[in-house]
Amino acid sequence: MNAIDKILLEKIADLHEVPHGAYNIRKNGQGIGRNTTANIDIITKQDKPGIDIIIKPGTKKESVHIPVILSQDGLTDVVYNTFEIGEGSDVLIVAGCGIHNAGSDDAQHDGIHEFFVRKGARMKYVEKHYGEGDGKGRNILNPKTIIEVEEDGVAELEMIQIKGVDNTVRDTDVILHKNARLIVSERLHTYLIQNAESNIHVKLMGENSSAQVISRSVAQDDSKQVFHMNLSGYNKCAGHIQCDSIIMDNAKVSAIPQITAYNSDAQLVHEAAIGKIASDQLIKLMTLGLTEKESEDIILQGFLG
Amino acid sequence: MNNVNVTLNGNNEKIDILKNINLAFENNKIYVITGPNGSGKSTIAKSIMGIMPVTSGQIILDDVDITGKSITERAKLGIGYAFQTPARFKGLKAADMLNLAKGENDTDICQLFYDVGLCAQDYLEREIDTTFSGGELKRIEIASILARNPKIALFDEPEAGIDLWSFQRLTETFEKMHQRYDTTIIIISHQERILKLADEVILVSDGTISEITSREKFLETISHIDSDCACRNDCIKGGAMNVECN
Repeated sequence: MNAIDKILLEKIADLHEVPHGAYNIRKNGQGIGRNTTANIDIITKQDKPGIDIIIKPGTKKESVHIPVILSQDGLTDVVYNTFEIGEGSDVLIVAGCGIHNAGSDDAQHDGIHEFFVRKGARMKYVEKHYGEGDGKGRNILNPKTIIEVEEDGVAELEMIQIKGVDNTVRDTDVILHKNARLIVSERLHTYLIQNAESNIHVKLMGENSSAQVISRSVAQDDSKQVFHMNLSGYNKCAGHIQCDSIIMDNAKVSAIPQITAYNSDAQLVHEAAIGKIASDQLIKLMTLGLTEKESEDIILQGFLG
Repeated sequence: MNNVNVTLNGNNEKIDILKNINLAFENNKIYVITGPNGSGKSTIAKSIMGIMPVTSGQIILDDVDITGKSITERAKLGIGYAFQTPARFKGLKAADMLNLAKGENDTDICQLFYDVGLCAQDYLEREIDTTFSGGELKRIEIASILARNPKIALFDEPEAGIDLWSFQRLTETFEKMHQRYDTTIIIISHQERILKLADEVILVSDGTISEITSREKFLETISHIDSDCACRNDCIKGGAMNVECN
């Protein structure tokens, strides 16, 4: 790994060194490092690019890091990863993609991740996307995340795109069975002429399943964002979507809600708000001695936390 | 404040919010500004902080003319302002707010929470968002002023939205601040218990200073009005005299 790779790894996975526990590091379409543990196996797929990550039932407090780095322009890297989260386990999965594009052609990574969270398992999935480089080529990331949570399982997703991604279409599809729980926290920041689209569709199939989706975004300059947030309730269930955007400059943001109940005991709520930074927030911070720009930065940083 | 006027453009005409305000505030004194709603009390405080620009006149702080200075510059010169309705922030924690407020000051954040009657452990990591009640928000707001230890502390109706228990705490907080520091404390309030803290009471009506008086004199006037007021629920007499009934 060179210095650029290390910066990318730090940005997307908070990694300064090779991670503890299981990991698989992919660079420019090739695996460059892997470690498995007694409870976590990582196997290369035979039919298409990608890996199977198999977590044994009952595995507790272990983590898997699967960062992807791209530092070559003109490359479209498509990868299919399948996660088997064994019954009763409790694990942290840190994914994410960092692109350094100094060239004139686009660099693109499409990560298609499929998760099976088995009975009573708990998974926290953290995905950070980051781009940099002064080339003319665009940084493109199109993640597709498909999750099925079995009875009593919990999936907690943190999906963060803070900087340097020119184009993204994020698809997240989740199916929840009996008593399964989903917590999604999405953070999206676009600027210049970046485009971002996030489509989240949650199907609450099982009795007493629940979903909470909180999406916060900041759109600056001439960037565009579109959110399609869709909840379908097929049983006695509870779902809540909160979609908040701060809009600045000449940006454009659309939040398109859809909630559909197929059962009279389904409780579904969608809240969406788009607006400027509130002036009372700016003034408060200025009365503490911060300049308007500093106040704005603090508010945006906090909001995108 | 020398001859301060604040005029706003209404639909068809100019509206004078403040007319020829002359006020001098001294170190280590407590001033309570009171008067009917809409009389211009908050505008006085906001013009001192720079939130409301003045149309004419001067605002001088320690011999420096600050009339043209921004909110940020005034804050750096030692003016602090506690808002009547504090802003909520998604993603900003109570501890973040107090750290921003204290800046380089060597202030113990936990002590600030206790000073306003909040358990530091419970509140440090909480976001100042819609989960905060009005009273909690108010206390964090007051703590943010204590954190700064300013030369001039402006409090806009600090008692609004605060329950009885915290009210006691609030008056103690002002007393402590008064004893410990040289801060000039300017409080906008209607509350008798806050008025009792005042070295001077400034009565504002219709955009002008109608009277500057001592707390004793003012309280005497109020008690007179109170005893005259036969029915506080239907306070016609009090209403006509521009006195607020609770």
